Amino acid sequence: MSESQSGDAFVAFERVQKSYDGENLVVKDLNLSMPKGEFLTMLGPSGSGKTTCLMMLAGFETATHGKILLDGVSINNIPPHKRGIGMVFQNYALFPHMTVAENLSFPLEVRKIGKSQREEKVRRALDMVQMGEFGGRRPAQLSGGQQQRIALARALVFEPELVLMDEPLGALDKQLREHMQFEITKLAHDLGITTVYVTHDQTEALTMSDRVAVFNDGRIQQLAPPDELYESPQNSFVAQFIGENNTLEGTVKEIRNGVALVELDDGEVIDAKPVNVSQPGERTTISIRPERVEVDLSRLSENAHTLNAEVAEFIYMGDVFRTRLKVAGRDDFIVKTRNSADQQRLKPGTQIKIGWQPEDCRALEAV
Amino acid sequence: MSDTTDTGPVLAADGTPLKRSLNRALRAQKMRALMLIAPLLIFVLVTFIAPILDMLFRSVENQIVSNTLPYTVEQLADWDPETGEAPGDAVFAALYKDMFIAAETKRHTRLGTRLNYEQVGLSSMFRGSGRQIDDFGKDQIKALEKLDNSWKDAAFWYALMTGGEGAEGHTALLNAQRVRMATVTGDDYDGDIGFVPGRAIAALLPETAQAYTAFALFTAVEDEDVVAEEKPWEAVKVALIRDLQAGADVAGYDGPGAAELRAAQELAAELPALDFRQAFTASDKGWSDPETWRTIQIYSPDLTSGYFLNAVDLKQSADGIEPRPENERIYIKLFKRTLFMSLVICGACIVLAYPVSYLLATLPMRTANLLMILVLLPFWTSLLVRTSAWKVMLQQQGVINDVLVWLGLVNDAGRLVMINNQFGTIVAMTHILLPFMILPMYSVMSTIPPAYVRAAKSLGATNWTAFWRVYFPQSVPGIGAGSILVFILSIGYYITPELVGGTTGTFISNRIAYHISSSLNWGLAAALGTILLAAVLILYWAYDKIVGIDNVKLG
Repeated sequence: MSESQSGDAFVAFERVQKSYDGENLVVKDLNLSMPKGEFLTMLGPSGSGKTTCLMMLAGFETATHGKILLDGVSINNIPPHKRGIGMVFQNYALFPHMTVAENLSFPLEVRKIGKSQREEKVRRALDMVQMGEFGGRRPAQLSGGQQQRIALARALVFEPELVLMDEPLGALDKQLREHMQFEITKLAHDLGITTVYVTHDQTEALTMSDRVAVFNDGRIQQLAPPDELYESPQNSFVAQFIGENNTLEGTVKEIRNGVALVELDDGEVIDAKPVNVSQPGERTTISIRPERVEVDLSRLSENAHTLNAEVAEFIYMGDVFRTRLKVAGRDDFIVKTRNSADQQRLKPGTQIKIGWQPEDCRALEAV
Repeated sequence: MSDTTDTGPVLAADGTPLKRSLNRALRAQKMRALMLIAPLLIFVLVTFIAPILDMLFRSVENQIVSNTLPYTVEQLADWDPETGEAPGDAVFAALYKDMFIAAETKRHTRLGTRLNYEQVGLSSMFRGSGRQIDDFGKDQIKALEKLDNSWKDAAFWYALMTGGEGAEGHTALLNAQRVRMATVTGDDYDGDIGFVPGRAIAALLPETAQAYTAFALFTAVEDEDVVAEEKPWEAVKVALIRDLQAGADVAGYDGPGAAELRAAQELAAELPALDFRQAFTASDKGWSDPETWRTIQIYSPDLTSGYFLNAVDLKQSADGIEPRPENERIYIKLFKRTLFMSLVICGACIVLAYPVSYLLATLPMRTANLLMILVLLPFWTSLLVRTSAWKVMLQQQGVINDVLVWLGLVNDAGRLVMINNQFGTIVAMTHILLPFMILPMYSVMSTIPPAYVRAAKSLGATNWTAFWRVYFPQSVPGIGAGSILVFILSIGYYITPELVGGTTGTFISNRIAYHISSSLNWGLAAALGTILLAAVLILYWAYDKIVGIDNVKLG
């Protein structure tokens, strides 16, 4: 994220701001740099500014302030058709009055590529997405998944170095979506294309990307590889937004040896890893993933702190058990346990003790 | 697999074929739908389709000649126009019979007007001869009445023609004459008229009985008088003289007035024969012209192509179909002008409407609504007001000319003529029909997602290429819908060309209106209208073939 990286970056946003009405900033001070060949996902709730960033990169929106660099050159004043960026749109935007082959040859025609070469490239692009036989069809005659492939092929047929995808799988059903996720990432890596992918689906972001930029309120909240994002969220928003997450409110009592002692609002005390807190007395939100909560206290270290909990609900989900607990005055504390032979099934109303390794629980800023 | 090889019809649960079962289930639905549209359907059929069909039928209908001159048409069928001479005496005798009734019932002027469309001068000919027809055979009638006063007596005539008390009546003759009178006048001649011709006298004096029966019907039905109290027509007396001269065998007759008949036959033998040819020619020498008779012969069938020929500047002549004289050709020119101007108006509308529709479809909602109100504003103003406004704008002392003169672009003597010509019509009609182009274009354009143009640009297309290759083809259905609408509306437009068209900017519809309301040549108006309708349908068909009507979208 630092400015020095943008020198050798393929795509870089430098202090970019965007406002539509002159009063509110949709994108606030965006800095981002991507090396060549990276698959980067912009993830965030709607209205977080991720699509605006994509549109600025594509050239359909102009940045109010700041610079956007492509391969070291500022593209702020280059019109979209000269940027040479491939783009896949949310509803594919396949031209309905052209056949599939005509759609694919369109970017080649406007680049004045000869007919025989054009046909060769179209054929190769269609083969690449396994749609070789569909060249003569109209987009309306294709299924959603097929249209998606054609849209992808069209964005790639003129061999751009950067491809942008704006929620391209949003209109597909779950199974097809998972299949296409796999195909898109494979294609992007095989071809070595730099990809910027926009989605609001966190699973999609985690499974596909090299790095994920989590957007909220016009800012990147965290930019990290998926595992880091999941396991080490930098703040409460990221912790909440990515994956399932239990939160408890409390006050930091002391920080020692990289472990913070947090006193919860009902007086109980628990260990956590200080992330966004620095001194005793600070209010904090602690965050713990449901699968890292231990109900079997024998696995914890001897002097670890534990909490009292009451089982509120037990849900059998096949591969895992999902148990809802009442903890520290809240009744939405979830524990996920693996359905293994020795795992006990907790009955509602049972009083139990729970705990966790201090490094799994993160003390973040209070919200 | 065994299911598909079963060849029998699929059966419903109760064993009836599934198709029939389904039809039964759907019938109630269909009936309901039919009931819902029934009021509108009936309304449209009665007030719109039926009158149009009737009007279209007038373009070929020509019963007036055979209805008014039934005997003449019958006699004329044998006449060969190639001889170059007027037809023989039998035709003139038949014409006398027809014309007399026509003149009594005032139908001869209508026929004259009808035939005048085909040959100028026939109208006055029929009028003149109809006026004088009472005088035909005047001398012979005078001689008859001088011979015996009873020939002036209404009661005597009545007794003679009924054949006296208790004589056998000839109802067939009466009914035949009822039909004839009804055909000529179009009125109802049913009901008791207090007269039935006697069978014996009808056999003895056939022409006289025919003429008297017609007279009796006319007296009783049209004049509402008592037949026995009215003196018969001259035509009856003329018929009597002709019957007697033809050698009616009155010697053996013993009915009422037998003695008078025998005396009259003696007199008739001495009188000169009636010469109808001479009488008609004396009333108007046009009757001796074979061309007159040719026209009557050509237009005696019940159906005619004459109106259609006329509508395309042709006419039927002795040598077949030939073009009308140069100075009478007008309709082909008008049709061409109508088509040309409609195309120009349509083109102008496309050029003007496209950018506006594009703006409407792409502007933010609030601005677009405001613009839409401006587009619709003319719709809320009367058509007459808008057309009149153009008169004010375009006339030589009007706003535009005044401004041009004031700016010094045009000097006062050289003010532009922009109204009462084609230019005026095109300007005014383009303005009036513009919304009909904008609305379908707008509704089609607003369904084109902006993503397409963006996609095109991201693929490397310039603004122009993105527009021309991607946006424009998708907006074509809107252009098509608007064009059909505007073209069909303008091809039949009447009020605006009438007001601002002058002589060079009028449409075929103005001519149709003229024939409907001024010249009363409805047949020609109907023929012109039929051609116009056919032209529109053909264009519509051609459009469907070339562009495809499925491509026309209104939204």
